[in-house]
Amino acid sequence: MSVLHSGPRYASNDGVCDALCASLGDMVAERHEEHGEIVVTVHRDRIEDALRLLRDEHSYQQLMEIAGVDFPDRAERFEVVYMLLSLTKNHRIIVKCATDEATPVPTVTTLWPNAGWLEREVFDMYGVTFAGNMDLRRILTDYGFEGHPFRKDFPLTGYQELRYSEEEKRVVYEPVELAQDFRSFDFTSPWEGADYVLPGDEKASTPPVAEPKSTDSPKDTGAGAKTDAKAAEKVSAAAPAKEGTGTPDPEAPAPTEDRPDRKPREGSTNDTATATEIEEEKD
Amino acid sequence: MSGLVLEESPTTQGGEISNYTINFGPQHPAAHGVLRMVMELDGEIIERIDPHVGLLHRGTEKLIEYKTYLQALPYFDRLDYCSPLCMEHSYILAVEKLLNVEVPIRAQYLRVLFAELTRICNHMLNLGSHVMDVGAMTPNLWMFELREDCMNFFERMSGARMHHAYLRPGGVHQDVPLKLLTDIGDWCDTRLPELFGDAMSLVVDNRIFKQRNVDIAVVSKEDAVAWGFSGPMIRAAGIPWDLRKSQPYEVYDRMEFDIPVGTNSDCYDRFMVRVKEVYESAKIIKQCLAQMPEGPVLSEDRKVAPPKRAEMKQSMEALIHHFKLYTEGFHVPAGEVYVATESPKGEFGVYLVSDGSNKPYRCKIRPTAFSHLQAMDFMCKGHMLPDATAILGAIDVVFGECDR
Repeated sequence: MSVLHSGPRYASNDGVCDALCASLGDMVAERHEEHGEIVVTVHRDRIEDALRLLRDEHSYQQLMEIAGVDFPDRAERFEVVYMLLSLTKNHRIIVKCATDEATPVPTVTTLWPNAGWLEREVFDMYGVTFAGNMDLRRILTDYGFEGHPFRKDFPLTGYQELRYSEEEKRVVYEPVELAQDFRSFDFTSPWEGADYVLPGDEKASTPPVAEPKSTDSPKDTGAGAKTDAKAAEKVSAAAPAKEGTGTPDPEAPAPTEDRPDRKPREGSTNDTATATEIEEEKD
Repeated sequence: MSGLVLEESPTTQGGEISNYTINFGPQHPAAHGVLRMVMELDGEIIERIDPHVGLLHRGTEKLIEYKTYLQALPYFDRLDYCSPLCMEHSYILAVEKLLNVEVPIRAQYLRVLFAELTRICNHMLNLGSHVMDVGAMTPNLWMFELREDCMNFFERMSGARMHHAYLRPGGVHQDVPLKLLTDIGDWCDTRLPELFGDAMSLVVDNRIFKQRNVDIAVVSKEDAVAWGFSGPMIRAAGIPWDLRKSQPYEVYDRMEFDIPVGTNSDCYDRFMVRVKEVYESAKIIKQCLAQMPEGPVLSEDRKVAPPKRAEMKQSMEALIHHFKLYTEGFHVPAGEVYVATESPKGEFGVYLVSDGSNKPYRCKIRPTAFSHLQAMDFMCKGHMLPDATAILGAIDVVFGECDR
């Protein structure tokens, strides 16, 4: 596929992956080249050796970043991803290894001093431990924070919230209370591989029943003999018919204007009609 | 000291001084945000620094996992709020690399133009606050005037002074008016060199300024590489490494500009590298204005970029595209990329993992400040307490980006 995008253009990837993997030998677990990125997966216990080799033999001098990624479905759910940069070859590669909650990854603080904070961040966010990192404290989360927030099973809203309490004159921690539940909208098209049943479709797959259920007779309700008997009683009509009572219906009162026996109202009202007229010239 | 009998000190009357620990920040005006540094001092000499970051941690990366690719864009403005466009740039390039979408040439010029304007805007703030941290007041006020000009340009570009959300996968949101481009050109010719030159004439040869910066926090080339320095920090160490030059993106390969490098790798060099970069950025802006062709500013790929409003009134297909793009969003092919650009502070990278859906599976942001701030301890060791503010100012740290 030809490169259409205008992203950074560094030295060519041609043959680099093969050369690196030949040099790394049996340390390589998996490799692929996609979207213009060379990604080499290394066995976890060899990651330090692999990165040392890449730094010293293949002049990837700088460790730019360590990222954690969580794939909860996998047996080793975490990936630790190392972004390497070569200043002399003007090239980048991605090296990664997999681990789970319990197994530590060998530290690379022995190779790059700036790995310390990067590993602390992965530990803080995912709970991946690094064997040999002397200073594996939390880094980004609050003092005394519990849990590892970037794991996929950690809710976006978290568990604790804090506010300043006017009564206690200090910041207090409380369980999260949301005025409105967090809503995660799923805008993916239901016609293209939705993994849920469309509203109404849950009935579509049920097989047609041999004996249709109906309540044509009282006993079909299945409520018992007593109720059947009650339901079978003939009852009179709820409301008697209206005609034949004898008395005529009261008539509606006549309009007030048509009462000639009423005296005309005394006194005068403000004559508002003139105010609405267009004022003509007065001489 | 063991074995020696100390004379009675005139200041302590023979009492022993032990190291004491102070908190620098998180509410210190020279901490450039919410940085807390636990400093161990021997008198006024710094023995050890333990920077505590994360007081501004908002979980941006986690929030992005719950948003579509387009909705995630404005979060990047809020990372380094001093250079928002450069933050967007890395992300947009990462998305485009996964999509492999072509960007019209005018949009590429616009991106470069405003990225460089952002660089000037960022350096105005950093240089100004750096000189203020070491005692000068006036240059900062003048440079804030220039910053204000930049903000006005950004407002005319996108409608927002700081949080532009201007870039889009496949181009930019809107074309800019011609008058804005001519105004930026005039500004680069007249106001910027005059005002910036005046401000710099007050500090670059100033005796006090040099006393506070020269030979402070000297970092060797080897250390700069090992600690993962980038941007002005690595260039001040004498390594001509600039991603715009070595790994050009957009139309940077058509631009002619120089990479200023330092010789002494101290705070003064870092300052001067940034000063020179301002002029180089102005040069790039001028070239962009001269070379920029007419044409579309957004990709014609309707699976990525929305159609024009007028087209939607006529075409059913355009209406459907618009609806789909703004509800479901576009799907990005599965894969992973790491894209880094030269932000004003250094290498700002985005590691994007896509699972083929309309939301990023993982978006790791590589802040520039992490490597630099981590080196505070060894850079400050043996320096005086007031030097810490100069070193911090020369790092150019912004906590929106550092803590994410």
